[in-house]
Amino acid sequence: MKPKFIGGGLVILAALGYMIYAGVTQSAVYFVTPSELRASPVTGKAYRLGGLVAPGSLRWDARTLDLAFTLTDGQASIPVRHKGTAPDLFGEGRGAVVEGTLTTDGYVKATQILAKHSEEYQAPHDKSEAGYKELIKTLRKAGQ
Amino acid sequence: MNRTLGWLVVLGLVAGLVMSFGVAPRDAAQGNVQRIMYLHVPSVLVAYLAFAVVLVASIVYLMTRREAADRIGHASAEVGVLFTAITITSGAIWGKPTWGTWWTWDARLTSVAVLFVMYLGYLLVRGMVDDRERAARYSAVVGIVAALDVPLVHFSVYWWRTLHQPPTMLKPGPSTMPGVFATTLLVNLAVLALVYVFLVSKRVRLLRREEEALA
Repeated sequence: MKPKFIGGGLVILAALGYMIYAGVTQSAVYFVTPSELRASPVTGKAYRLGGLVAPGSLRWDARTLDLAFTLTDGQASIPVRHKGTAPDLFGEGRGAVVEGTLTTDGYVKATQILAKHSEEYQAPHDKSEAGYKELIKTLRKAGQ
Repeated sequence: MNRTLGWLVVLGLVAGLVMSFGVAPRDAAQGNVQRIMYLHVPSVLVAYLAFAVVLVASIVYLMTRREAADRIGHASAEVGVLFTAITITSGAIWGKPTWGTWWTWDARLTSVAVLFVMYLGYLLVRGMVDDRERAARYSAVVGIVAALDVPLVHFSVYWWRTLHQPPTMLKPGPSTMPGVFATTLLVNLAVLALVYVFLVSKRVRLLRREEEALA
């Protein structure tokens, strides 16, 4: 009775371990970096590309919703084009992940833009804006 | 005793709300939406705690066959599932305005989804087996295996490239947030841990009464 359970348990653990290992080495990468994409580009293939929005590269036309920027990882950079709005935290010098396909012209035509934010938090530089005071101020303004 | 704990929970929740909305400043980059962190992070940490208790209770049950251990495991799993659901929901609400999506299949979110489903499975196994002793035995095994996913969830942001940022608490190295943020987070963690203790103690008592009534 007992050895059967221990044996079965080991088989399950081994299977789980293998699945985790296979996940690590293969498909668990959520996005590729510009360097990795440059190293083996396949046009027409769907990618998730992640990097920093290069400072000075962001072009945004609010009337046509045309968004263009360059994603960089310090070594390589890939131009990205998108039609639509970006999340609030998206901006130059910040991390972003885009979903889209690589076109023959060498840019990524994005279908979705995701902003990647850091685990760093800080108060606004103006200390008087702290917490409830600011909230009450906005409420008063709205009431007038 | 239980009544005192109940009032402590109420007071704690009020204090937690005052800290989260009144004392803590808004985040410079994210604005007020960052305050979701004070629910999101403590919830997942309490879920970790709940599943650690399930693990210990399951091992103790298999070794001693004491029904009290099984009841604690059962109650803790239920409350853990609740806090995992709160984590996923608050995370989605936080993710939409900041990342730009409610959900994405990165390693952190996927491993949390797996966590949720595994402990639902634990409860399902309990419910499917009629025999009291067998239900306890089977679910104890599930409770031990499912616990493997907890470290996977926590370290997923280090082991894989994810959209989710690395942890702000429970990590090596210097803190990446000013004192008020950390204090608010710790207060809310203490409060939600208290909510956990309250719910589990209630549920354990209820399970015992149920068994006494059926016996």
